[in-house]
Amino acid sequence: MHIEIDQDRCCASGQCVLTADDIFDQRDEDGVVTLLDDAPGDADAQARAEEAAALCPAGAITVRA
Amino acid sequence: MTDTALSDSTHSTDSTDSTDSTDSTHGAHGPHGSRVTEGAPHPSYPFSRAAGCPFDPPPEFAGLREREPFSRVQVFDGTPAWLVTRYQDQRAILADDRFSADALRPGFPPQSPGLEARRKSGKPLSFIAMDDPDHNRVRRMFTAYFSVRRARALVPRLSEIIDGLLDGMEAAGPPADLVSSFALPLPSLVIAEILGVPRSDHHLFQSRTKVLVSRSASGEKSLAATNELTDYLGGLVDEKVKNPQDDLISNVAAAHLPTGETTRERLAQDAMLLLVAGHETTTNMIALGTLALMRNPDQLAAVRDAEGPAQIAGAVEELLRYLTIVHTGRRRVAIEDVEISGHTIRAGEGVILANDSANRDATLFDDPDDLDITRPNARRHLAFGQGTHQCLGQNLARQELQLAYPALLRRFPALRPAIEERDIPYKHDAVVYGVHELPVAW
Repeated sequence: MHIEIDQDRCCASGQCVLTADDIFDQRDEDGVVTLLDDAPGDADAQARAEEAAALCPAGAITVRA
Repeated sequence: MTDTALSDSTHSTDSTDSTDSTDSTHGAHGPHGSRVTEGAPHPSYPFSRAAGCPFDPPPEFAGLREREPFSRVQVFDGTPAWLVTRYQDQRAILADDRFSADALRPGFPPQSPGLEARRKSGKPLSFIAMDDPDHNRVRRMFTAYFSVRRARALVPRLSEIIDGLLDGMEAAGPPADLVSSFALPLPSLVIAEILGVPRSDHHLFQSRTKVLVSRSASGEKSLAATNELTDYLGGLVDEKVKNPQDDLISNVAAAHLPTGETTRERLAQDAMLLLVAGHETTTNMIALGTLALMRNPDQLAAVRDAEGPAQIAGAVEELLRYLTIVHTGRRRVAIEDVEISGHTIRAGEGVILANDSANRDATLFDDPDDLDITRPNARRHLAFGQGTHQCLGQNLARQELQLAYPALLRRFPALRPAIEERDIPYKHDAVVYGVHELPVAW
């Protein structure tokens, strides 16, 4: 799995951090998404990354198999 | 609000710039109403809830989702709009840049007469009514204050405020009005502290907010309340420029006024959005959510006796879904012809996304009319809106609710309404649904 984020599109809702705070974080200065892990290995983390992508209101997270 | 608890505003979020709507005037040609059809008028939106079903959306939605997912309605001034009732269609539209949140565009279905008064006043609308990229540029001046980390860091202070309010209720003894003694002061104090509004001025914003979220207030009254709040906040901006503190208004003023990214007037406008959205929505969620739990004693017990935060968090998401207190629809206008699920919306046509209908859509939520705090996909709800306007204050709201419900129910394990159901004053006339007051005993 490979995760990509679009920081221009991000609206800092925090949905990704609520879902997977081991994979996503928010910048202190403006809450915009940052990636802690762009290729999570275990199945549980991968499922949460997919959930975060589905919940992201801005469509700023792309998950590729 | 969408960027806040309303979207952009706390759920309330799509609603702060506009507010009241009077009884519908069928067939009137409103300022936006270029396409009012001849002959029979469209049904008036918003619809009413069924008698005896205070937690359920208007009964018309179920049939519309089934048979007419895009239906014609008109709002108070005769402006026609497409009412969109299905979950997937709402998600698609709210995430689509071809729909504008600019409430001043022709065709946008206004929430209230206040908006028309605002248009004539020439004052800027807050970022809730702007489109990307301008919307996001302004929103990002404020997002740092509402991140997940900031909300978590507030837990000790939130707990302190909650305990103090519960101490006050306990000392005064039953009965108590849950709204004025707990549900309103908690979020009011919190958002005022974040912004840097002195405590001595809280009465001012609470009384003006009440006018702003009333659908029955006239345009003049609504505009007057808006002006009083923005005048006050403009003065507060001046004060913070002279004597900065460590608060949102001081910091945003210091960072973005000198660069010209915002102005005193715009900052006052945006601060008003945060202030109003930051407390009105959470207040109603606390009071109405507590009432819903009291009507479902087994679920009340599960929240009260929950051992871990995950169970509480799930209960909060389900209450957000079930109650969907921003109940007069998030609104947009198409800026070009768009096809959604085979249905064409023409450029210049307004759309109303009834999130309270989407959150009862059985294609996504099993037994959607049941309150089930263990529902596995409750977080898919649209109570905070969707798209880049999604509630800016949602993580603060979640944190407040996750602490407030269990603390209240643990302090008063036998909490119950102190009046009959028929006497409970529901806020049918408000943009944000809830109860005006809720006497409780324990």
